[in-house]
Amino acid sequence: MGMSGSTNDFVTTTLATAIGWARANSMWPMPFGTACCGIEMMAAFMAKYDASRFGSEVMKFSPRQADLLIVSGRISLKMMPVLQRIWEQMPAPKWCISMGACASSGGVFDTYTLIQGIDQFLPVDAYMPGCPPRPEAFFDALMMVQEKAKKGQSKALEYITDDAVSDPAQSVACRTPDNNYVHNVDRSTPSAEKASHDKIADDKITRDGVAPGTSK
Amino acid sequence: MILYQPENHLALIAKVEAFAGDKLLGREEKSHYHQFRVRGADAKDLVRFLRDEPSLGFTYFIDLTAVDYQTYPQPQPERFAVVTTLLSPKLGIRAQVKAFVAEGDPRIPSLTDIFAGANWTEREVWDLYGIEFLGHPDLTRILMPDDFDGHPLRKDYPLKGRGERGNFPVFHATTRKPAEEA
Ligand code: SF4
Repeated sequence: MGMSGSTNDFVTTTLATAIGWARANSMWPMPFGTACCGIEMMAAFMAKYDASRFGSEVMKFSPRQADLLIVSGRISLKMMPVLQRIWEQMPAPKWCISMGACASSGGVFDTYTLIQGIDQFLPVDAYMPGCPPRPEAFFDALMMVQEKAKKGQSKALEYITDDAVSDPAQSVACRTPDNNYVHNVDRSTPSAEKASHDKIADDKITRDGVAPGTSK
Repeated sequence: MILYQPENHLALIAKVEAFAGDKLLGREEKSHYHQFRVRGADAKDLVRFLRDEPSLGFTYFIDLTAVDYQTYPQPQPERFAVVTTLLSPKLGIRAQVKAFVAEGDPRIPSLTDIFAGANWTEREVWDLYGIEFLGHPDLTRILMPDDFDGHPLRKDYPLKGRGERGNFPVFHATTRKPAEEA
């Protein structure tokens, strides 16, 4: 963006730059605070730290009006489809911040209930370490996302959500025609293969966006 | 505020001992509650007695939970115990009924017809410990996914699960290279 001079009241820029600038400075976040990190996120939005300094004050509890998903807290296996559904409802362009150790890696909760990193299932633009991260760390992540938005970058652009691939035989996951989630897995027999679940998880769910259930 | 009155505590102990007789496996006075241990089949009668006996009036259902003693160092009568905690607003005393449930036959009468509030707590115990509550109106899972198999708070359930983490419903996200878009 360039100023032509103080005497002439016009600015020359490219359309992409202008749009990126507008998007970056009017981030509407969709908060998804499921645990303690949510409290720090709330603190970041309150008067003392005041996220509105970054043009990000309009906290939207409707994903359809938001363009920044802030996942702050632990996400359980049962919650993940809900979170993904929220993410799907958000209109593009959209960004995602993974706030805290739990959302980014499962944190200390290496248990049967917990997602070991939401980036296995969502395109994450910025990770925030800490347990919980301070609001300053939150702003660091927010500014990283703003930088991406200014350049027109978003991890989400590298992904498409492909509902057509819901053949139950092929996948570990599927949706019924009425859009309810069904579990399509047999958990009843703890076979040797299932027992080495970490291996399964590593094979099926990769961190670079290969679909869960597709063979590598 | 109800003041501490030792005679109330002694009366509670005497009445429960008279009611339960030799069904009472044990009794313990903790710092802020009395615990009465019985077998699963006798627990409901004792809870009903504590609630309905006018001089006791344990009408406040605080909680119902369970314990798995599989790896407990001291031997216990059975592997599982269903623990019901009650409060008497009249006496200002808490009473706990610990009902032992066998591993091979984990069943116990439901308290839902005595205390409606036991409904969800019993579902939770069923969900996480696999103890069946006979007569419960809707004994389904409350925390774990509906089709989950197993009861994860049992001590023999592996901490990292049985493959659930690599094996649950999600959307399919596939990568699309920018070139394909055109
Ligand atoms: S990272 Fe720490 S503060 Fe954040 S949700 Fe996990 S346990 Fe709570």
